[in-house]
Amino acid sequence: MNKTVNQKAWFFVLPVVLLVAFNAIIPLMTVVNFSVQETFGDNMFFWAGVRWFEQVLQSERFHAALGRQILFTAIVLLIEIPLGLAIALTMPRKGPWVSVCLVLMALPLLIPWNVVGAMWNIFALPDIGLLGRLINGLGIEYNYTRQIFSAWFTMVLMDVWHWTSLVVLLCYAGLVSIPDAYYQAAKVDGARPWAVFRYIQLPKLKYVLTIAILLRFMDSFMIYTEAVVLTGGGPGNATTFLSIDLQKIALGQFDLGPAGAMSIIYFLIILFFSWLFYTLMMKDEAR
Amino acid sequence: MENAAFLSWMAWTWPTAAFFLFIFLCLVGMSVWEYYSPGGTPRHGILGLDTTRGDRLFISLLGSAFIFLAWLGLVGTPLWGPLAIALVYAFAVFKWV
Repeated sequence: MNKTVNQKAWFFVLPVVLLVAFNAIIPLMTVVNFSVQETFGDNMFFWAGVRWFEQVLQSERFHAALGRQILFTAIVLLIEIPLGLAIALTMPRKGPWVSVCLVLMALPLLIPWNVVGAMWNIFALPDIGLLGRLINGLGIEYNYTRQIFSAWFTMVLMDVWHWTSLVVLLCYAGLVSIPDAYYQAAKVDGARPWAVFRYIQLPKLKYVLTIAILLRFMDSFMIYTEAVVLTGGGPGNATTFLSIDLQKIALGQFDLGPAGAMSIIYFLIILFFSWLFYTLMMKDEAR
Repeated sequence: MENAAFLSWMAWTWPTAAFFLFIFLCLVGMSVWEYYSPGGTPRHGILGLDTTRGDRLFISLLGSAFIFLAWLGLVGTPLWGPLAIALVYAFAVFKWV
């Protein structure tokens, strides 16, 4: 069969190329340019070579912020993915409760990040907040503005409350799309619920779970607004994640050079992990 | 570059411009290679991954970036060492991955 050669379709891609150029590539190029220069404002730049990269990569401060960021993302993924999957499995597939559940699940996702931060800030206050009063009332000392563990606990709880719904909705959509024939076949074979989950539901959910892990990884690795509003990076630097540290360097100290270098390292880490997750999970697909 | 007011906010330097030009030329080079010698369809490499030529370029570039970062973090300048490692690495990726 002869294949018709028609390259006109490339023109349809042009708007996307332009859009990506303006919102991603040009800003990224600018950051690369900043990362090798020193500036004191007034659009005056001086060549600095790779000095900022060396400085950032060898600084204790960067290592600590990166460590906190990785720990936070790991905790959040370990909780949200299994929890989201479990909730999706227990949600009804038919009947009037479907809409109720879906709306309830979607609600946290509709709330802006800074509002989520402010809500949890007040909710967890030890003196007037409902959660803070409750935990202290149980005899456990809890103050997220002073104790590191409390701050982390509140931060993780907030993120789980805000984003588990996303995993639930993605998994639910995946579950609903599994044809009934699979379940009927499992029933004929006398499969137990665990076998149905392991050999039917989980394999069929692979792609939505890939998307869920990728989205949750990228979002939690870049968490900024909620964390700033809730703790502002404190107590001390206990919840100063990479994004908060970056903002302090870039806008607080106006060190555009080191901030540029840090942004690129940050970007490369996210790019690497996203590629890794995607590749590992799609590995069997090609065969 | 300061006299080009349109670009001055981007704070271009010759080395960074050369860097992006290099990446752009890599992409063009890959297209030309594929046009004259098609063969970019996925193949199964030593990592157990199915990669196209474009994937291998991506792995080479991303890996090279981390080679340079690791060198800067552990050793420092000059950067001839990581350049050599990155070239060997990219060659290995195109050959076997």
